Amino acid sequence: MSVPHALLALLSEGPKYGLRLQNEFESRTGQVWPLNVGQVYTTLQRLERDGLVEADGEGERSRKRYRITSAGDEELAGWLRTPPELVPPPRDELVIKVLVALQVPGIDVHEIMQAHRRHVIEVMQRYTRIKAEAAEDDVPLALVADAELFRLEAIVRWLDAADVRLKQRPPIAPPPPAAALLEPTPETEVSQ
Amino acid sequence: MTTALELHQVSKVYDSGPTEVHALSRVDLSVERGELVAVMGPSGSGKSTLLTIAGSLEEATSGQVLVDGVDLGTVSRSDRARMRRRSIGYVFQDFNLLPGLTAVENVTLPLELDGVSAKVVRATGLEALEELDVGEHADHYPDELSGGERQRVAIARAIVGERGLLLADEPTGALDSVNGEGVMRLLRAATQRGVAGVVVTHEAQLASWADRVVFLRDGHVVDQTVAPPGPESLLAAADRR
Repeated sequence: MSVPHALLALLSEGPKYGLRLQNEFESRTGQVWPLNVGQVYTTLQRLERDGLVEADGEGERSRKRYRITSAGDEELAGWLRTPPELVPPPRDELVIKVLVALQVPGIDVHEIMQAHRRHVIEVMQRYTRIKAEAAEDDVPLALVADAELFRLEAIVRWLDAADVRLKQRPPIAPPPPAAALLEPTPETEVSQ
Repeated sequence: MTTALELHQVSKVYDSGPTEVHALSRVDLSVERGELVAVMGPSGSGKSTLLTIAGSLEEATSGQVLVDGVDLGTVSRSDRARMRRRSIGYVFQDFNLLPGLTAVENVTLPLELDGVSAKVVRATGLEALEELDVGEHADHYPDELSGGERQRVAIARAIVGERGLLLADEPTGALDSVNGEGVMRLLRAATQRGVAGVVVTHEAQLASWADRVVFLRDGHVVDQTVAPPGPESLLAAADRR
């Protein structure tokens, strides 16, 4: 979550004080991402330094009102259109655990996967409870909860697919003799 | 809470020629009134069989099935049929509404079959449709309704009268995820009014609407979720980040 850009978005509606920015940020993210007022002012100072917002009138630091600058407007418009980083982290911990479980003697990999499936679904139940208990017209909260639920559901679907793949895996065959791999096939001879 | 459904050591074996198929093996499950339980499992894990046995649409090979405390194995065939009409409601994937009947006639069919008077039947049916926000469609035929409205009518049919047990097999059918969620909200609301609900699904998002998720695998109950802590624990976790 980019707090600076979220604050720019809130300021694009008009000048606001830090406390109001904090309240609006939390209510519009369905209270799922808490933000303390100190973070708000530190972020505003950085945005001011970069010329993206400016203090509006007098007041002490904690009572200043801020407005977005035209550079801030441009920054916000550019950020909204920039795709987020989708490249996954190089090693997914759950995938590694399942791969390791396959190697460890005496470990039932299905039982390991079920423990993770149950845990993920328990977390999903908590997000769903947030949605269930919220007002049906609280769209921002539903959007935040949905994003987490779809991400978690993808993990369950991966576990389900892994279960099926492992059930269908063929018995381990001896490796083919090395010479067979080196022999050219008729196609490769033609292409050469 | 009272127990609306109890399965004790229930097994189901299908005899298909030389091989026997063990669809369910010694399954124990109890569901209280007011509770929504989801049953998850891969294809062929026995989840639909569990539902049809719980709903007395099929008999167990061994074990005991109790609906509202009545052992289905000890009552006559006609008494079981009466229980199916009065105590148990079903919601199917493809809605199963009869095309020649209006919404309210579909909803009240089990009551009519049970010999309830026509006047009472209509009033009760309208009440169930109102509860699901489709009262204004009472006299429409299924082909005049949207997919979501049809499923609401199907749920109204499942809860009409004094039913204590609501059984649903992949109840969101081909609905998109937001409308599917609407169906789960309705099932959850129905159970919170004191019905026991069992939903069979392979979708984790739908299952996460349940109070408890039971996992089936090769006919065995292999696991279940524990009651989740409140959602505030997620916020606390986010705060620590």
